[in-house]
Amino acid sequence: MFDGTEPIYIQIADQIRADIVSGRLNAGDQVMSTTQYATTYRINPATAAKAFAELVAEGVLYKQRGVGMFVAEGAPERLRSERREAFFTERLDPVLAEARLLGIQPADLLAYINNGGQK
Amino acid sequence: MTGLGITAHHLAVHFKDTRALDEVSIQIEPGSIHGLLGRNGSGKTTLLSTIAGLRRPTSGSLLVDGEDPFESERIMGEICLIREGGDVLTDEQIRINLKYFANVRRYWDADYAEELLEAFELSPRKRPDKLSRGQRSALGVVIGLASRAPVTFFDEVHLGMDAPSRYRFYDLLLADYVEHPRTIVLSSHLISEIEQLFATVTILDRGRVLIHDDAEELRSRGAALIGPASAVRDLVSGLHVLSTQSLGPTEKVTVFGGLDADLRHRARTADVEIGPVSMQDLFVHLTSGEER
Repeated sequence: MFDGTEPIYIQIADQIRADIVSGRLNAGDQVMSTTQYATTYRINPATAAKAFAELVAEGVLYKQRGVGMFVAEGAPERLRSERREAFFTERLDPVLAEARLLGIQPADLLAYINNGGQK
Repeated sequence: MTGLGITAHHLAVHFKDTRALDEVSIQIEPGSIHGLLGRNGSGKTTLLSTIAGLRRPTSGSLLVDGEDPFESERIMGEICLIREGGDVLTDEQIRINLKYFANVRRYWDADYAEELLEAFELSPRKRPDKLSRGQRSALGVVIGLASRAPVTFFDEVHLGMDAPSRYRFYDLLLADYVEHPRTIVLSSHLISEIEQLFATVTILDRGRVLIHDDAEELRSRGAALIGPASAVRDLVSGLHVLSTQSLGPTEKVTVFGGLDADLRHRARTADVEIGPVSMQDLFVHLTSGEER
């Protein structure tokens, strides 16, 4: 857990964003509290709080005083559309570069995609 | 209660012929968890006992909550220093010991102390001199946590404990810290299990401060470059290299000091992977013989 090069609070925020995109967390769902997060993953509570503060500032989460933190309305759609934009440059470009290197033809790639991910 | 702040400025503690601490300037924020890291004999215990008011500094200044702690009744009452030995009455039952602490520690929580004894499976009727090393450490943890002191030092206490007890300690510490925020310093040379608990870190080396930084900042300064040997060597020239490992045509070089965007870009194009370095590894490389 949390062993990437990124600061831990960024890894935490990314993980929550990923949970929202995948549908494990839906709009209106309550997320773990800073305290629960810190004690579950054995990290400094201030680190967890920093991640949550970032997500609140982005409008992904909202705080309800005395109750906890929740996934904002529209956050899943917004995150998905952001990811869609990044998908081509960040995900697909490296794959295409690798394919070129290996001599895989665009037609083969297209066939694979049209076949639903099977050769 | 949110804990007290600690400020040391050019602090020195010299014994007859050794400089146990020299030019130590650090700041520990009130209510934070601080990691005090150093090899055996690096001065960790001397620093903690000096802050706890048990030693008079040779020179420099030291303030706890704005006051010189040396023999200050007020400050000493606010600080709880737990050493591995335990500082307990070894031939009296644990329950007698806890009664004693209930009298001298202002913020003592007796119910919580009982809970902690149970959590560590310690019988109140046992005498400390009949406990194993790990159980003695656990007793220290019980006293340190139940004291709820605004400044609490755990000086290498977790080293003698077995893994399940250590994890129990981390969990109890975090849960209680969240409920009752206070200044906590954990000193150790074994840090892989606890590095993510720290907000800030000091690395002592032979009595001097090698690193005093935000934990996240320190982590971000280390990087490991892995790839074709010549490409890796090109990239790291001019950087502060901590270690080099050769794996045939591949080389892994650990550097300290952060990598700029340009270098990251050049690494990508040269098929060199950049990975994280754990705080434990940084600590070992920074304080090992070769670096001196």
